[in-house]
Amino acid sequence: MKRAEAIAIIARGSGDALIVCNIGYPCRELAASFDRDENFYMLGSMGLASSIGLGLAMARPERKVMALDGDGSVLMNLGTLSTMACHGPGNYLLIVLDNGVYGSTGSQPTPICARTDLTRMARAAGIDVVEEARDPGGLRERLASMGHGVLVVKVEPGNADVPVIDLSPPDILRRFMDVAARPRR
Amino acid sequence: MSDASEILDALKGCGIDLVASVPCVNLRELLLLIRGEPGIRNVSVTREEEGVGICAGAYMGGMRPALLMQNSGLGNSINALASLDLLYGIPLLMVMSHRGLEGEQMVGQVPMGRLTEPLLRAMNISSYVIGRGDRPSIIRQAWEEAIEERRPVAVLIKQSYWGRA
Repeated sequence: MKRAEAIAIIARGSGDALIVCNIGYPCRELAASFDRDENFYMLGSMGLASSIGLGLAMARPERKVMALDGDGSVLMNLGTLSTMACHGPGNYLLIVLDNGVYGSTGSQPTPICARTDLTRMARAAGIDVVEEARDPGGLRERLASMGHGVLVVKVEPGNADVPVIDLSPPDILRRFMDVAARPRR
Repeated sequence: MSDASEILDALKGCGIDLVASVPCVNLRELLLLIRGEPGIRNVSVTREEEGVGICAGAYMGGMRPALLMQNSGLGNSINALASLDLLYGIPLLMVMSHRGLEGEQMVGQVPMGRLTEPLLRAMNISSYVIGRGDRPSIIRQAWEEAIEERRPVAVLIKQSYWGRA
């Protein structure tokens, strides 16, 4: 399964869930396949998609929140798994698209090196629900059954041929907050 | 009223409802007070940069977050402050225990102690200083600037505020 295909499956089945998307090609693939106001495209701050998603899920406990992360990015902010285990709200699903490479910079191998098992790492961090998907059918099943936790999706290296996002960062934020921020009392 | 509870009151006065934190010995009492405060959710984070991300997400969801840390954590947060908060226009109240200057006993605190204000200036992030005899009510002004300018702001609590210099 290519990453772009996994992202399209996740996005099209996401209903009104809020999605925080990782830097680089994942953002572009999400925008190309299923652009919507409920998508936050993180264009900098590599490693922080999972943290933004966690903060958002704490602020909006009644909404489903998903973060699309990568293996290289989650390794850059590995403590996020412990924080999530400690505070992980029941409305937050962290999806790690694991292709073993830094896809947006030319597919250099990540330190995963075919040895690190992110699924077991997430379990060892104390996250109560951790699952894996390896094909489109398995991904759809996991998405249907998982309300929260960590879902590691094994995907092939490679990027789709998709354009850069034609929105300024303040416009991305404004658009997202119009649907994501709870109204002020 | 204690020094720490004055800072807590100032945070409550801003409506802060989430505090991401990495501890400093000077913040020990304040962190205890925050943990006991029903209106504030305290999220202990593994690294200050992670706290910048959590605060940004909480803000996007409508909360009023603050990041409480030692100034060494500024160094761990530079990229996130620049390429998340400053890039998108996300407000953040950073309350820092400013170690490494007057009254410092730990040599390891000195490099970032000296660099803290120059780094903030280089990033065009305003800083407000609370020292000996100062009232923490200035935190309100810092928060209002963050919201109006849609940027991070820093409040630096000197060792002298805690009577340690």
